[in-house]
Amino acid sequence: MIDRRFFLKSSGLALVGGALIPNVFVKMANAATTKGRKTVVAIFQRGAVDGLNVVVPYGEQAYYAARPNIAIARDAVIDLDGFFGMHPSLASLAPYWKDRSLAFVQAVGSPDATRSHFDAQDFMECGTPGVKTTDSGFLARAVHGTSPLRAVSLTPTLPRIMSGPAGAVAMSEISRFGVPGEVSPMFEQMYGSAFDAAKLLKSTAPQKLQPENGAQYPANPLANSLKQIAQLIKSNVGLEVAFADVGGWDTHAGEGAAQGQLANNLRNFSDSIAAFIRDLGSRMGDVVLVTMSEFGRTVRENGNRGTDHGHANFMLIAGGGVKGGKVHGQWPGLNTLYENRDLPVTTDFRDVFAEVLTKQLGVGSMKAVFPNYQPKWRGVLA
Amino acid sequence: MKRFLLLAACVLFTATSSALSERERAQHALDRLAFGGKPGDVDVVMRIGVDKWIAQQLHPERIADQAVDVRLAQYATLSMSSAQIFDQFEKPILEARRAKKNNPDEAREMIAPQNRPRRLIADLSAQRLIRATDSERQLNEVMVDFWLNHFNVFAQKGLDRVLITSYERDVIRPRVWGKFEDLLLATAKSPAMLFYLDNARSRNGAINENYAREIMELHTLGVDGGYTQKDVTELARVFTGWSIRRPNEGEGFVFRRFAHDRGEKTVLGVHFRAGGGMEEGERMIHLLAHHPATAHHIAYQLCQRFIADEPPASAVERVAKVFLASDGDLRRTVQAVIDSPEFWQPKYYRAKMKTPFEYAVSAIRAVGGCIDDPLPVARQLQQMGEGLYLSQPPTGYSDTAAAWSSSGGLMARLNFATALAENKLPGVRTHNSDPKKTALFLGSPEFQKQ
Repeated sequence: MIDRRFFLKSSGLALVGGALIPNVFVKMANAATTKGRKTVVAIFQRGAVDGLNVVVPYGEQAYYAARPNIAIARDAVIDLDGFFGMHPSLASLAPYWKDRSLAFVQAVGSPDATRSHFDAQDFMECGTPGVKTTDSGFLARAVHGTSPLRAVSLTPTLPRIMSGPAGAVAMSEISRFGVPGEVSPMFEQMYGSAFDAAKLLKSTAPQKLQPENGAQYPANPLANSLKQIAQLIKSNVGLEVAFADVGGWDTHAGEGAAQGQLANNLRNFSDSIAAFIRDLGSRMGDVVLVTMSEFGRTVRENGNRGTDHGHANFMLIAGGGVKGGKVHGQWPGLNTLYENRDLPVTTDFRDVFAEVLTKQLGVGSMKAVFPNYQPKWRGVLA
Repeated sequence: MKRFLLLAACVLFTATSSALSERERAQHALDRLAFGGKPGDVDVVMRIGVDKWIAQQLHPERIADQAVDVRLAQYATLSMSSAQIFDQFEKPILEARRAKKNNPDEAREMIAPQNRPRRLIADLSAQRLIRATDSERQLNEVMVDFWLNHFNVFAQKGLDRVLITSYERDVIRPRVWGKFEDLLLATAKSPAMLFYLDNARSRNGAINENYAREIMELHTLGVDGGYTQKDVTELARVFTGWSIRRPNEGEGFVFRRFAHDRGEKTVLGVHFRAGGGMEEGERMIHLLAHHPATAHHIAYQLCQRFIADEPPASAVERVAKVFLASDGDLRRTVQAVIDSPEFWQPKYYRAKMKTPFEYAVSAIRAVGGCIDDPLPVARQLQQMGEGLYLSQPPTGYSDTAAAWSSSGGLMARLNFATALAENKLPGVRTHNSDPKKTALFLGSPEFQKQ
């Protein structure tokens, strides 16, 4: 297998040694103090990440033919299964791939053909591709608990995916979510239940919790969001869905290959998620983390060593119950392209989320979450 | 549930009478055509007469604004040319990086803080806040905010940090009352936009679609304006060669003939024979600027900004007609929005939620606050999700309540209100006899609306 050595070397960081251990988090579920509460964490890579340079089909010659300057070389990828390899910037996630708590889905996305960032994000977050009149987000429609912190978005404004009946709260800093001073009670009266979340945060003070297991969050906004999501999970505040987003993926020019613009962004992305997994430790058994992006990018590089707006992309999924160590989804190959330029979508992103929300949160029916769609489970969770 | 409180409050607060009173008309004009009123402003507008005040605001060039001009003089970078800015802010970085090849941190340390590019955005943000708060030309500032957002450029994308000063001053500001085509063409040829949406690098046989897509989706036709992926690719070919001079060649736009795709092209049904040049792009700009879909898109956005998140179709249609009939005259188009009966309907009175920028500025104005140092306020806007010049995607910031109603946003506003009322907001001076009452007023659901 290509690059086995590199893989083993990078996985020396692993918390748990030994290959072929079925997802360690399955055994650990409920072991710590999350009291069996399950959480789904979703991360949106806004701007359309180039999934072909993240989960690299290094076994396919057409990939190298299409990308003379920006392909990730065979000897640079971290091998996954003899055909796909990870971008080397994802080295910090290799241990979790190896212990089978992390998987990818390739050639996944929205069936809608739009290449508008705004429309594609909107369609994806509403969970209704092609329909512009949906007024709430699909994650919000999957929430059923009563905690004021059941749905939390670590963003300054409430994103579409969390808007609607769940009563999701948005905050960029837990510590600033509240009003100090003597006017506070009057504002509480003025806004009523809007203060429930603030009161719960005040009484539980999640922001005081330090990262555990030697986890070191890098200094970037995504890591800051994930660190706070971990604090909320550890505080048992009834968090069901959490959301964070990260931009900077719109690599029309100077994308780079094993090093460069995309590589730097991916390192931040990977190191943030790795720190989150490590921080939560055995609590990760009750957490499933899923990533998404509005569409992929052109298979062929453009004239500026970048890529333009495309179609299918990848998703990353990690945590308890994940059938890890596997690249899920049907690989369509790079010989027949969508509109003669993009990777075709062979898995609807709603299939992945439907399975995660059903198995992880126990959502009974997907009818309200993904209206007018019959999701097919793809076996991403046990 | 929290965001619904704000929304519900917006809905509940609709007047029931059939027409606005004269006082309400003055308040409405200040809410929508200015960044709210300062103490006593409603009386001032009523004394002048609402219609006359609006007519004055539509001609900002006739309104004196010396007090603001004097204050802006302290921000030296505002009047520098792009070449000067490049020499003072970009060259030292390049030189430092060459000297300290392997250590970007050390390279940065070699440059004095006042010569770091960060200062450019700081000066610009200061200028926007001072003007929005204290300029007599209030509607002009509202329009600058609108068009800067429409033709968004993210100041932290590479060279844009040294190009954005000129972009606002030389491209946007002089044209907000002119013809749409002039504004569109000026942005198309602006180094800031050419760099931001990558067209500067697009060339024959190696096109970059980024700008070609966004000029149709965001700047003109709208996402449902009827163009295809093929149109995007063909328009990108039309714009090949539209680029930026190198710093040692002087500043500004350049058409590089050798980089232009001289083949045949068809965009939106317009055929170009082989052998064309820069005139192809100019012809497409003209066509896009006068397209009915563009008229509708611009009219919709203006009505959304000035009337309601879901603007009445009747108003949009009327404004679009004026846009088309007036050759895209932006003064007459804005006038058409204000002259719409819908603009003055009681159901739209205080029916728009303020964006963070509108909220912060209107709060400072409402208490007669004086901004000594705008930067802390700029930082607050960043924390509220509307940092000036910092919208990374080309869409800019949303103008609707759905985007800004959140519990986190509410907390941020309440904290802003409390600090401002207690004279504890860094950089802003104010005097209140009753801070508690003022805080509750600024934090109330009513004050979140305009």
